[in-house]
Amino acid sequence: MEDQNKNDIMIQATDLTHFYGPRPAIEEVNFGVKRGEILGFLGPNGAGKTTTMRILTGFMPPTEGKVTLADYDVVEQSLEVRKRIGYLPETVPLHTEMQVTNYLKYMGTLRGMPGRQIKRRVDDVIDVCRLQDYHKTIIGKLSKGFRQRVGIAQAILHEPEVLVLDEPTIGIDPIQVVETRRLIQELGREQTVVLSSHILPEVNMICERVLIIHEGHIVAEDTPSNLAQRLQGVDQLQVEVGGPVQEVLSVLRRVPGVTEVSQRYNQGRNVFVVQVQEGQDLRDEISRAIVSNGWSLLSMQLVSMSLEDIFLRLTTHEEL
Amino acid sequence: MRTIQAVAWKEIQVYFGTPTAYIVGMIFLALTGIVFAIGVVPSENNPFPEATLGSFFTWTSLFLIFLPPALTMRLLAEEQKLGTIELLLTSPVRDWEIILGKYLASFAFLLAMLALTLYYPVLLYVFAEPDPGPLYAGYLGLILYGAAALAIGMLTSTITSNQIVALIVGIGVIGALYVVHFSTDIVGGIASVLISEIGFQAHYEDFGRGVIDTKHVVYFLSVTAVFLFLAIRALEFRRWR
Repeated sequence: MEDQNKNDIMIQATDLTHFYGPRPAIEEVNFGVKRGEILGFLGPNGAGKTTTMRILTGFMPPTEGKVTLADYDVVEQSLEVRKRIGYLPETVPLHTEMQVTNYLKYMGTLRGMPGRQIKRRVDDVIDVCRLQDYHKTIIGKLSKGFRQRVGIAQAILHEPEVLVLDEPTIGIDPIQVVETRRLIQELGREQTVVLSSHILPEVNMICERVLIIHEGHIVAEDTPSNLAQRLQGVDQLQVEVGGPVQEVLSVLRRVPGVTEVSQRYNQGRNVFVVQVQEGQDLRDEISRAIVSNGWSLLSMQLVSMSLEDIFLRLTTHEEL
Repeated sequence: MRTIQAVAWKEIQVYFGTPTAYIVGMIFLALTGIVFAIGVVPSENNPFPEATLGSFFTWTSLFLIFLPPALTMRLLAEEQKLGTIELLLTSPVRDWEIILGKYLASFAFLLAMLALTLYYPVLLYVFAEPDPGPLYAGYLGLILYGAAALAIGMLTSTITSNQIVALIVGIGVIGALYVVHFSTDIVGGIASVLISEIGFQAHYEDFGRGVIDTKHVVYFLSVTAVFLFLAIRALEFRRWR
């Protein structure tokens, strides 16, 4: 039974489109999340991650499309959905004039938790999020990192079935980042977690599955290890050769695995762009073919394909 | 019910936990104290004043143009500014529960302030024998009028994330309903009756004379209900923006 539940679909999004004015923030986005899965949205700022999460949490309805969470429609049965989620918005909005404990109690009541449970859980989450020394502090006086912890504390307070975390590690110091990631992984054992990030290694570390979202579209979806493999595959080579253009072209085209070759002059240099079948590394064969014809191989370079292009834009290097 | 309570209680705590409420309350008491004294202390113009709160009720209705929107301006505008509305609207709380909870908090604060003015009638009882009818009716009028004004303030706080805008628009709407009465002379005929019926004045005056007319009670309750309804719709609408 337990195992069967593991495979249940917790969230199903179908053809989600959302417009801000005339421009779509996301367009025909489809994805599913299994119960107990940790799913990561990876994409640069403005890709549509926050929009997607706001729709998931019922904060705003999609312009078109449909989302169900635990078989409840996010728009039609919003209240049932909202009972089942814990949400950490990107900006971590908190009532800055309240004390940590009072704020958590308030959020507990809003979530309809019974009084005794609130008392127990507030103590729990203060422990889990290491807020013991600050439970009486006014939230406005906490540092960014501690506010983030309060934000996570309120999200997990009512032990929701689904946690939606928008950029949970943004703007906090490295030690806290490590702690937060470990916490999310622990939570992911019991709960379904959907998180967003623009840091590739982070998603790699925490998530079981990754959706890469770019300009409102899902451009890739896989496990982190599969994605990494796909990115290492050589798809395009730029080769600079000293030799007669036409002959080099025909020799390169005959190398098995090569799909297309084109030639252009780049600042007076003779550059051939070689497309190869996905996942194949032909650097060895190509260099041998050139050298054995007596031409000189001046340089050879891997060129990023579209997927890697996107990755380059979104993988801000982590300072760790 | 518990969520309405939670929302209301949180706002009441904020009222009493921040200086705003004390400042507003202090100004209100100072102003009403002055107008009460003007009405009952013998002076050259008024050598034999009556032991009534007539002057207090008339002037306080004027103060209630400014006070209620000052109490309500923060309630939703700040949530929108800070972004906390995102957590509020993604909690399993209905939109009307949010509006009603916050409204009740502001209403409770208004009642607390009016309760502090009760020492004026107490003074009257100590030094004279006032007619109790106009006192009860007058306070009922103030409460009903205040309730309606707070509802207007709730709406203006819902439609903007800027507290100052919420305050000014609120004062504008309440002020318009307060002064529209004076324009009846200009238009005349059926229009003048209509305008007079829309405004606060025609419905408020009778309370000060000690008359509790169901028509007036229904008027203020209707205004309250209409503006609270509009505030709820405005909150729903902001999801769809």
